[in-house]
Amino acid sequence: MIELSDIKKAFNQGKPNEYWALHGIDLALEAGKVTAFRGPSGSGKTTLLTIVGCLSRPTSGRVRFKGEDISGLPERFLTDIRRQSFGFVFQQFNLIKGLSALENVILPAFPTGRPRRELISAADALFDQLKLGHRSAAKVEWLSGGEQQRVAIARALINDPEVIIADEPTANLDTALSKEFMAILEGFTAAGKTVLLTSHDPLVVESSAVHRVVGMRDGRLTDD
Amino acid sequence: MSPWLEKQLHLIDFTLASLGRRKTKNIGLLVAYTLIVFVLASLTLFTHALRSEATFVLASSPEVILQRMVAGRHDLIPPDYIEKIGRLRGVQKKEGRLWGYYYDPVLNANYTFMARPADEVKDGYIMVGNTLARERGLAAHNTISFRSYSGKLFTFEVSAVLSPDSELLSADLVLLSENDFRKFFEYPAGHFTDIALSVANPQEVRNIAAKLSSSLPDSRPILREEVLRTYQSVFDWREGIVLTVLAGAILAFAILAWEKASGLSAEEKREIGILKAIGWETGDVIRMKSWEGLLISLTAFLLGFIAAYVHVFHLGAAVFEPVLKGWSVLYPSFTLVPTIDGLQIATLFFFTVFPYTAAVLVPIWRAAITDPDAVMRA
Repeated sequence: MIELSDIKKAFNQGKPNEYWALHGIDLALEAGKVTAFRGPSGSGKTTLLTIVGCLSRPTSGRVRFKGEDISGLPERFLTDIRRQSFGFVFQQFNLIKGLSALENVILPAFPTGRPRRELISAADALFDQLKLGHRSAAKVEWLSGGEQQRVAIARALINDPEVIIADEPTANLDTALSKEFMAILEGFTAAGKTVLLTSHDPLVVESSAVHRVVGMRDGRLTDD
Repeated sequence: MSPWLEKQLHLIDFTLASLGRRKTKNIGLLVAYTLIVFVLASLTLFTHALRSEATFVLASSPEVILQRMVAGRHDLIPPDYIEKIGRLRGVQKKEGRLWGYYYDPVLNANYTFMARPADEVKDGYIMVGNTLARERGLAAHNTISFRSYSGKLFTFEVSAVLSPDSELLSADLVLLSENDFRKFFEYPAGHFTDIALSVANPQEVRNIAAKLSSSLPDSRPILREEVLRTYQSVFDWREGIVLTVLAGAILAFAILAWEKASGLSAEEKREIGILKAIGWETGDVIRMKSWEGLLISLTAFLLGFIAAYVHVFHLGAAVFEPVLKGWSVLYPSFTLVPTIDGLQIATLFFFTVFPYTAAVLVPIWRAAITDPDAVMRA
């Protein structure tokens, strides 16, 4: 589904503080599976996911999504692909404070121009699925960490993407909540979605919900 | 509903929610901005209404006034002068006028004394302007004494107070009979201050003025349109003075509004990053912020303009009254007839709403074009 060939990524290229985060990654990711990227901080996991999720472009190399080369597309097309095909669950959740859980969840669908009523019923269905229906009107800053993460998951799902990208999803959760997250993850694969996540957490990478673990260090894939 | 329209509604929805989330900043901005619009709109509405008032009042004054000049100074019209003008085609009426200034030490103010025909004001009576009546506490049938320049005391009975409708121009006016005028100022018999000519056809006014200049080279014709222009210039000049005085304050408020509008907090930058990461295009973010700018600036414009309208037309422009209204020492009190000039509103709108929108958009554009991956690294 996603093929990466010789992906390199440099930050501050040409400047004295130039830094290469990825040094030629070749990787193929299957559809409908959960792939976890494991590695220490600074190993390039997040950078790789931002490239796969169309949040940034590689400095060199090619990214193919469903057979189409998307690495050279202009921002507008990349945004379209990102909105339609990828849902993000960020480490810090990145919810917008002052808005309710419901308002946060329907935000990614605003640019699509779908009617508000349709968005609200889709969000309600997700809240029910994630057992969060009673908190939909609450402002996000009043929610617990676990509730905030489920709001972030609902937001990632509102446009019904094929791929879910989760960056360190359990970093801010306790064991019970982390297990709850892994259960939700299994639900994704059951629904046929592809999941890409980064984690240090053994609870995640050793979970049966994860089909494949890709090791990374210093911007390169490792053998383990 | 079309997706495009639906999308705009979503953006407005989000904008309103955003405005509500940053109440302190936005209310501060709205207040500063409303104040700027209020000051500028009050000024333009007031001076425009004054100009219209002057035009309205001067509409019934003579088209041409002829003054005689000696050594470049205004001099009295000698007895045979009106006959010298002879018959001019287009002139309906020519009339010698008598008027002069009188300094009243009681109010430290100058009054304009003007003679009227006997059928309007009888000997021993005067009609006074509304401001003068108010300041000296006069009403009909009261008596008042003035000491003439020769030291004699004259006592008059007030027959009527002039209508407040013309107060802008009649604030300091005293109307008296010709006999009383000549006695009071010891004005030589047969002489006049100037000559008023009524011309029916406005196209003819300039031709008649040219004929008067050539037939009476020692005279100076003054056209009504020139008087009007002088009034306009006076109001323009006063408007300029007020603007100059207020320039500092306006600038301070403008800088405050600009600073508040253009300063993007870290929280706002973070939100823009999130919106982009979850699938908003740069254009969507800019559109959303444009709605925000437009909502604030339009609300401020409407509030400021309505407040200015009430201030000028219902509260008598209390803030600017001392500078903009009247002349000499007596300030007329009158209610302006509401007149609004579309071009003026458009100009004000352009110079207030446009810079604000620009102030908002530049930093937003800068923030909106940054890569959305920054949010993953936060």
